[in-house]
Order: sequence, then structure tokens, then C-alpha cells
Amino acid sequence: MAVLSKEICFHCGDDCSSKLLIKDDRNFCCNGCLNVYSILSVGNLQNYYKLNQHPGATQNKNPQEFDYLNIPEIAAKLVNYQDAEKTVVTLYLPGIHCSSCIWLLEHLNTLNSGIIESRVDFLKKQVYLQFHHQHISLQKVAQLLTSIGYEPLISLQDVVNDGFSKKDQLIPKIAVAGFCFGNVMILSFPAYFGISDSEKHFGEFFSIINLLFCIPVVFYSGLDYFKRAYISLKQGVLNIDFPLALGVAVLFLRSLGDYAFGAGEGFADTLTGLVFFLLIGKFVQQKTYHHLSFERDYRSFFPVAVDVMDENGATKPLALEKIKEGDRISVKNQEIIPADAILLNGNALIDFSFVTGESKPVQKVLGEIIYAGGRQMAGSLELEVIKPVSQSYLTGLWNNESFQKLSDTKTKTFVTKVSHYFSIILLSLATLSFLFWLPWSWQIGLNAFTAILIIACPCALALSTPFTMGAALSILDKNKFYLKNTDVVEQLAAIDTIVFDKTGTVTLADSNSVAFIGNLRPADADLIYNVCKNSSHPLSRRICSYLHSSVNLEVDGFEEIVGKGMQANYQNNEILIGSAEFVMRSTPEKRNSPQVHISINQQYLGYFKINQKLRPQLGELMFSLNKNYQTFLISGDGNQDNSLLERYFKSNLHLLYQQSPQDKLDFIAKQQRNDAKVLMIGDGLNDAGALQQSNIGIAVTDNINNFTPGSDAILDGSSFHLLPNFLKFAKATVNIIHLSFCIAVCYNIIGISFAIQGKLSPLIAAILMPLSTVSIILFTSISTHVQAKKHRLLP
Amino acid sequence: MNIIYFLIACSVTLALCFLAAFFWAHNSGQNKDLYTPAVRILFDDELVEEKVEEDVADLP
Repeated sequence: MAVLSKEICFHCGDDCSSKLLIKDDRNFCCNGCLNVYSILSVGNLQNYYKLNQHPGATQNKNPQEFDYLNIPEIAAKLVNYQDAEKTVVTLYLPGIHCSSCIWLLEHLNTLNSGIIESRVDFLKKQVYLQFHHQHISLQKVAQLLTSIGYEPLISLQDVVNDGFSKKDQLIPKIAVAGFCFGNVMILSFPAYFGISDSEKHFGEFFSIINLLFCIPVVFYSGLDYFKRAYISLKQGVLNIDFPLALGVAVLFLRSLGDYAFGAGEGFADTLTGLVFFLLIGKFVQQKTYHHLSFERDYRSFFPVAVDVMDENGATKPLALEKIKEGDRISVKNQEIIPADAILLNGNALIDFSFVTGESKPVQKVLGEIIYAGGRQMAGSLELEVIKPVSQSYLTGLWNNESFQKLSDTKTKTFVTKVSHYFSIILLSLATLSFLFWLPWSWQIGLNAFTAILIIACPCALALSTPFTMGAALSILDKNKFYLKNTDVVEQLAAIDTIVFDKTGTVTLADSNSVAFIGNLRPADADLIYNVCKNSSHPLSRRICSYLHSSVNLEVDGFEEIVGKGMQANYQNNEILIGSAEFVMRSTPEKRNSPQVHISINQQYLGYFKINQKLRPQLGELMFSLNKNYQTFLISGDGNQDNSLLERYFKSNLHLLYQQSPQDKLDFIAKQQRNDAKVLMIGDGLNDAGALQQSNIGIAVTDNINNFTPGSDAILDGSSFHLLPNFLKFAKATVNIIHLSFCIAVCYNIIGISFAIQGKLSPLIAAILMPLSTVSIILFTSISTHVQAKKHRLLP
Repeated sequence: MNIIYFLIACSVTLALCFLAAFFWAHNSGQNKDLYTPAVRILFDDELVEEKVEEDVADLP
């Protein structure tokens, strides 16, 4: 443990910058990390650093104050339980990432004795806290968590959302079905081998116990199938649940009848096995991503509360939905403008990139309207609200009809299509054979009728999709591509048009794309930062965010020469920042990316190279996609990057610029009217409408805990280049489902050939059902993995 | 062979006990978080504090 390389932060493992922060012979990258270390060492929680090396997350950002947690209404929504003594609350901490986190968070009571108990749920990244609210307030708890590096993420949506999972009710149902299935199998074995006449009373005893076991299976575990079949019949649709429910019902009634008339052992084994396997299939299909939300809307993007100013200028936090027209609000640096408002005071430089896709921050003058959703980049603002949050320009987008639409416009899944015909064929076949036998004997006719419904019960068909999709989902999940549900895989396979957003999707818009070529001393960096911050030119903003200096220098004589650069003086040093021509008086060379040259006192220091950084391997990705798909680029930004991007698309007409969120939505709708199946890939709120309208919307994010607009799938930026593989894999998966359907049909034909003659014995049913089920499960899981390997999604 | 009635009654009762145990475990939330308890059990108690510091001091 004692051996640490010098430049690495002891807390978070990041490289330390020039200013060395040292405590106890340990280096820290920033004051935040040092603070966390101090708090932990005072609280005797050094074990945190012993469990893992550099367990912390970097603290190089401004912490929140959580004033709004003192508002009783907001706190009440968060708190699970409260009595006179203690409060119980569950908080979402995106920072949880290793075992040290668990250890530290579960020892919170050594830092503050007001906390009674804290338990971490690692996978959900939640901490469950009990505390004495007389000793420590909820706000103080949130601040304590923030001070040790685990800032709680509290958003309006989480406040509203309870998040109960349905999976929990499924597990008891599986348990009951499994329990009954196992017992019924044991009791059915004697019948398989034949019971002699002298021991016939045993056979009867087994049958009645088996029937008793069937009752909870049908009326508890299998009840959902009847419910869903009923609902779908009411809507005039024959979905897969209809033949399944019919099968279960017929199995149960036939078993009852067989017992009552002493006609045989009944089908209890097939019935319980069927329900058990079906529920297992459902369980496999359901995958929940606790840390992801696909249903997010603007509310999780906005702050929970806003500082409202009264006449005396004092600020008080107020819940966002309570903001009304005419309120004066204060917005600090890096905060989001919560409602459409008029600028009253302050230097407004607003980054609308998330709302409009425009990457340049916009300068606003006093009295101008600022639309909600922009992020303030320079100092505090005072604003007057002109529209409440729910009616602002941005949230108005959510009132668009595409947000109200149900999923029925999405493509029908294969199983839905097939099961419609399947049910019709099944019913007519059963009726025909009943009518065929009727003239001879109604018993044989009824026997054949029920036997067909039993044997043709599409168990294998119903299982092929969940098992294939379940396997596909977990393979995609390993590649950091998270789908909302299994239907998305099938829709992905049907896609023929792909629409990309530009900023944040095709390009990366962060400070990593800035590099200084030359030698930059820290003092000069501070100076350049202080000159650049006076300019609203996008390149200056990029350099500012790259240098990120905290030193404040008084620069005078600042002058910006449009199209060339800027000059300023500081303590008799003349600073020139701008184009090569302007700084060095040389002729400009041809180059691909913008360069910003620097000279101080006629001494040339070097230049900043600013790349509009494209995602790595974009070329290969587009080359591969262009072969099979129509590709479009649709951007809210201007066309300054056109030369860089146009070579990746088939035609210049496929690149659209300066598109408003509504334009994007309309563009997708227009493509869909021409029968295109559109995949939209975007990242910001400005894409939210298009993501909803498209057949599949994929939200790209570089940090999975960040806000992503509502979508069908979330793709981690680091897997962006795998997109063609994902699409091919989706197609292969659908093929597997088709193949397994063929196998299921083969089994059905064999079974029906017995049933139609009225010869189906419980033994044949009991063999065929598990045999088909197991072979389908094996086939789908093996071939899905083979396909994943083929498309390089598995090692 | 009539003993079989008794045996089956026993086996079903026993199986029902296990089912009941499963329900109890499920309803008390033991299936909710299957990861964290596995990590939690590996943490040492606070008492190791001094001992670990000695180890560090022993290093050259």
C-alpha cells in the first residue's frame, strides 16, 4: 500500500496537476479529494483506502448545496418512512463503484452519530439510510454524502417514481409452479411404468393428489395467461397467450374429466411442466437495468428546486413545479435555466447544446428571453419567469403527439403475427377432427379435440422468443448496449434507415479535443485563460474549458478583431491570441482543424489544435452501414463541419443542418410515411422527439449515469463503433427465432398426428412437451452464442 | 404397501416446508440484492486498525 507513484492522486487515482496538494505524504489531485481524505482520516475510516487502491471518484467539481431538501414537500416525497424519532430514506448514489464504497457508506455512523444504519445495494447504486432527524437533517445527510464523494442524484422523476419491479411477483409464481411440477413428476412415474390391477387404488390416489397440485398452478401461477388472453380477445387479437391459455384450460379440464370418469391418469404432469417452463421463459426475458431509465423526460433533466428571490433580494428554494409567472429566480454558474425567463441581471452565456444541438454557447443581453434547458456558463444570473415550467418551449415538445402514442405503431413482433394464424389453424384442425369422429363416437371425437389442443399448445413457440432474446439481451448488455426490452431486438433487425444526430453522437464535444502544441507554462496558461474568458468565440470557450484555471487576473486593453483573434495587456505584457496570420504575420497553411496561436511579448509560444473530434472508427462504421442502410445526419448545429462529415454519407443531401427539435421529428415522420423503418441515434433533449417518433431510438451517452432522453435503448459511447455488429446480430437473432419456430412446428406435426387419431396418451404428451422445450432452449441459447461470436460480440 | 400413503404425506409436508421457507426468504427481501451481502461479509471488523499500521511500519 505504501508504494505509490508520485503523480497519482491517493484518493481517486487521477494524475495530479502541477499544484501539489500533499497531506500525510500523499498526493491529491484537487482540494475535493484532499477534503474527502481529511474527513475520512479524522473519522478513522482509513480502511477505505486499504480495501482498494484509489477507491475514490474525482472531486474536481462544484458540490451542490441541497437547500431544497429543507422544503417539507420535497423531502416528504423522498422519505420512505418517518416517525417522531427517525427517518428512513433511500438515495441513489451514482458514485458507488467498488467494495470500498460499500464499506465506507456502511460506516457512515462513525462520521455522524445521528445516522443509525446505512445499507448499500451495490447493483442499484442505492443506499438505504436510517437517521435521527433531531440530530441530522436530510440536507445534512446529503451534504455529508457529498463531502465524502458520493453526491446523491435527486431528480424530479425519481422523486415521483416509486420503481416497483414486476419481477418480484413472478418469482413466487415460478416457485409454486416448480414445486408442484416436481411433486407431480414423482407421483406420475408409477403410471409411466404401468400400475398392476391389484394396485389400482394407488393410481387413483396419485391422480387425485396430482389434481390437487394442478389447482395452484392453474389458478395462481398461470392466472396471468388467462387474463392476457381475455384482454387480447376483447381487442379482437389472437396473440400467443390465447392458445397457451386454451392449452392450460383444456389440460386441466381433461385431467378432471379423466379422473371423474376413470378414463386415465390425466395430464397433470404436462400441465404443471408447461406452466413452469413458460414462467421460466418469462423470467429469462425480463431484464431490468436498475441503474438505467428508458422513460426519462425533461423532469429528470431539470433541478428539483430553484432559488427564488423576494423583494429584499433574499433567496429561498422553491419546488420546480411551484414556480409561477413573474417569479424572480437566481441561477448560478453551471446551473440549468428551469423555465422560459427574461434576463434581468448578470452576464448570460448560455450553452443550449442539449436543447438545440448547437454547440456554441449563446450570449444573451439584458431583457432578452432565455428558453428553459440552457446551461449558464458564466457567473450568476437573475431572471424573471415568463412561463411556468410545464408550458415552456422545451417541455412543450413533450406535449407533442408522438409522446402520447402507444407502441402500436412499432413493428409487430414475429410471435404476434404467427400466433394469430397459429390459433386459427389450431382451432379449425381441432374442430374438423371432432366433426370427423362424431358420426362414430363422440367420446373419440372429444378425445381428439382436446388432444389436439393439448399437444399443439405452442409451448416451444412461446419459449423460443424469450430464450433467444434473453440470451441476445445479455450479450448486448456485455457490449454496453442496453435495450429497454426484448421486442427491441426484432425491431432492430427490421431497420432500413439510420439517422444520426451530430453533436455528442457522431462527434465528441468535450475538452479532450483540444491540444496545445508547444510548451505551455502554468503561469501562461492562467494568463491565456483570463484573456480567452472575455471572448464568446466558440474556440475561446473551448480553450477556457480546456485550461480550467481558477486564478483571476486583471487583464486590460482587451480587443477582439473579428475573424483574426484578440489582443490584451497584462502588466505590460502584450498577449496575442488568434490565427497564424494574426499572431506570427505569416501566410496561413492549409490545415484540417482550427488552430489558435499564442504569443506573449512577441515571443511565439505555440498553438492550440482544436479538433472537432469524431468518434473513433467512424469511417469503418459508416462504410459498413452505407452498404445496407440509408444513412442521414441531422443536426441542430450550423454546417461548419460539413467538409469533415460529408465523405461519410452517400450524398450531400443526406446531411441536414440547423434543424429544430420539431424539424427532426418531422423528418423522421416523413421517412416513415415512405415506409422506412427508422433508427434514430441521438443524445440530447433536442433529439427526444425524434427518438420517440422513430421505430427505434437509441440514446448515446459517454457516462451511463448521465441524463439520457427517453429511448428504446441506451448505448455507451465506447461501443458506438460496434453498431453494425449489433444490427447484424439482431438479424441473426431473428433468424434463430424463425428456425426454432420450424423445429417447434415439427414437434407439433408429430404430436398432432397422434392426437388426430384420438390416440394421444398422457405418456406421449409428457415426453413430447419437455423434449420439445428442452431442445428449443438448447438450440436457441447455443446458436445465439455462436452468432454472437461470429459478429465479434463475444470473445 | 399402504405405508406409501404415509410416506407421500411426509414428503409433501416436507416439500411444503421448503416452499414456505422460500416464500419467507423472498418476502423478507433476501432476493432483492444478491450482490452486496457477498462483499459485505469479507469486511474485517474495526479492531484490525492498529495491526495494519504495524504492517505498514514494517515496510523498509
